[in-house]
Amino acid sequence: MSDSIVSLIDVEKSFGKNKVVKKMNVEIKEGEFLTLLGPSGCGKTTTLRMIAGFEEATSGAIKVQGESVEDKEPFERDVNTVFQNYALFPHMSVFDNIAYGLKIRKRPKDEITKRVNEMLDLVQLKGYENRKPDALSGGQKQRVAIARALINNPKVLLLDEPLGALDLKLRKQMQVELKRLQKKLGITFVYVTHDQEEALTMSDRIAVMNEGVIEQLATPREIYDRPFTKFVAGFIGESNIFDGKVKALHDGILDVETSSGTMKVKGSGFDVGESIHVSIRPEYVKVNSDPVEGFDLKGNVKDYIYMGTVVKTSVDLKDNIEIKYSRFEKDEDFKEGDSVNIYWNPERAVAIKAKK
Amino acid sequence: MQKNTFKRKTLPSLAMAGPVSLWMILFVTLPMLYIIYISFMSRGVFGDVVYKFSLESYETLLDSTYFKVILKSIKAAFVTTVLCILIGYPFAYYIAKKPKEVASKLIMLIMIPFWTNSLMRLNSWLLLFQTSGPVNNFLLSTGFIDTPMSFVYTDGLVMVGMITNMLPFAVLPMYSSIEKLSRSLLEASADLGASGRTTFFNITLPLTFPGIFSSIILVFIPSLGIYTVTDMLGGGKVLYIGNIIKNQFGSIRNWPLGAALSVLLIVITGLLIYIYTRFAKIEDMEVL
Repeated sequence: MSDSIVSLIDVEKSFGKNKVVKKMNVEIKEGEFLTLLGPSGCGKTTTLRMIAGFEEATSGAIKVQGESVEDKEPFERDVNTVFQNYALFPHMSVFDNIAYGLKIRKRPKDEITKRVNEMLDLVQLKGYENRKPDALSGGQKQRVAIARALINNPKVLLLDEPLGALDLKLRKQMQVELKRLQKKLGITFVYVTHDQEEALTMSDRIAVMNEGVIEQLATPREIYDRPFTKFVAGFIGESNIFDGKVKALHDGILDVETSSGTMKVKGSGFDVGESIHVSIRPEYVKVNSDPVEGFDLKGNVKDYIYMGTVVKTSVDLKDNIEIKYSRFEKDEDFKEGDSVNIYWNPERAVAIKAKK
Repeated sequence: MQKNTFKRKTLPSLAMAGPVSLWMILFVTLPMLYIIYISFMSRGVFGDVVYKFSLESYETLLDSTYFKVILKSIKAAFVTTVLCILIGYPFAYYIAKKPKEVASKLIMLIMIPFWTNSLMRLNSWLLLFQTSGPVNNFLLSTGFIDTPMSFVYTDGLVMVGMITNMLPFAVLPMYSSIEKLSRSLLEASADLGASGRTTFFNITLPLTFPGIFSSIILVFIPSLGIYTVTDMLGGGKVLYIGNIIKNQFGSIRNWPLGAALSVLLIVITGLLIYIYTRFAKIEDMEVL
């Protein structure tokens, strides 16, 4: 028995001719916070719904605790779901909503009361038990939905964009709370979101999905610092991505020729002449008035946007390509219209294989 | 300043709601008040209304002959309602779970008889069920019966006719409330461990109850006062409240009694609507 609690093995899902999930393989580890991250339509929600049992996989196998669940109805699976729009039962009080899972299982009354009170404590909703969902704020509804899903002591909690309907401030607060809750309970969370910041904040691991495929499955830091694909580099955080060809390689550093000029990037496993993407985060981009060895990226400072602690600037390069860079406000700086040379520490840039 | 408010606010409201209000007052409220008024008057020797206060008509209602008809009508309306709900709910559920295009076609199917001229529809029923009609012929030829059965002018046929007539009123409100039911609620229930049956009784049924109640009212009230169906399929042989009211205002010319019966119907209707508003929230009253 491995330590993975949910396994997806070659899972595929089609709706009609439309293949939404393609050959998906994931091992979700016990107790981890795994996020499925991607733009809308990338198949992340469908994947979650297949684990919950609301959708049937077209092919492949889904295992929960090593046991195939294909033939199990949603109510027979040891997983619970927090729905996107909470899906609270409007005709029931907060108490009855939370108690639902236990009432269905015909647990004794005093056990139900005890457990519901524990759950109310856990999500800090004591005193709200007699309210109807209509009389709750968005954040409170969310807590009820979480309590309701947790009362059955699921092995895995599936969360489908649970914070999507909340305003920014509340969302940030709930992110922290959810993460704490997950640590405290030690339950595996599988979390679906399109918000990359949310994913970076909360997850132990992130699976970045695009067009039904997992592009990269790694820790937030790895995803941010070492994106595998052009899509991941562009989707997570801000990135400047250049398309080019490897011109020369020496000591693990590649010289890359792009339409905007030449640049350096750390990378291995590339051949001379091979197509390549180079990704560099705005915060690692440096500016100099004189050319820097190995770099030939000239341009004029275009915008200068003051954002409090940082200043965001962009420089127009050759071939109408714009590079963004950010810096702390106090640093020495160039003004709009100045002619500058761009460079960076090649270690900070990421070399990405071009898809064939 | 005041004139300005009149122009900006009062005048547009008047222009929009005025004509209907006026129409309803003239042709619904006033006649209804008049009916209530003459129900307390007495009948003249020649069938005219004598404007002298009397409770005679209401006393007559308690008379066993009339009382029986009233009870029978209520019973018939009740059975019609129950059967319409029992037949209509599964169908409404079935339509609501279909994709929109299919659903609208199915609704069309149920609306077609409703749009057909009722005289034509009822007459075709008479032809179908008469002694030498296709239904009897079929039963005779298959050997189920030896002598033709008399369907026509019976309470049974009246019941079938009433149900047919009322089914659309039962299906539509229930359809709209089932259709509004969010799928995620059903999924949440299943997710928390409820089987399909449990989910139906815990979630689906309570949440579609406003629709069921709309259906009950929309079927029960017209069934109680229905006149064309009972008159044609009952052939004047089986009497319901509607037929009696018609006779009192028509051939028998006892307007106060007819008025008293009408008032009784109005009171029952009012009571039901009162119960409904107590039960359901205003936003659920999409049909009424």
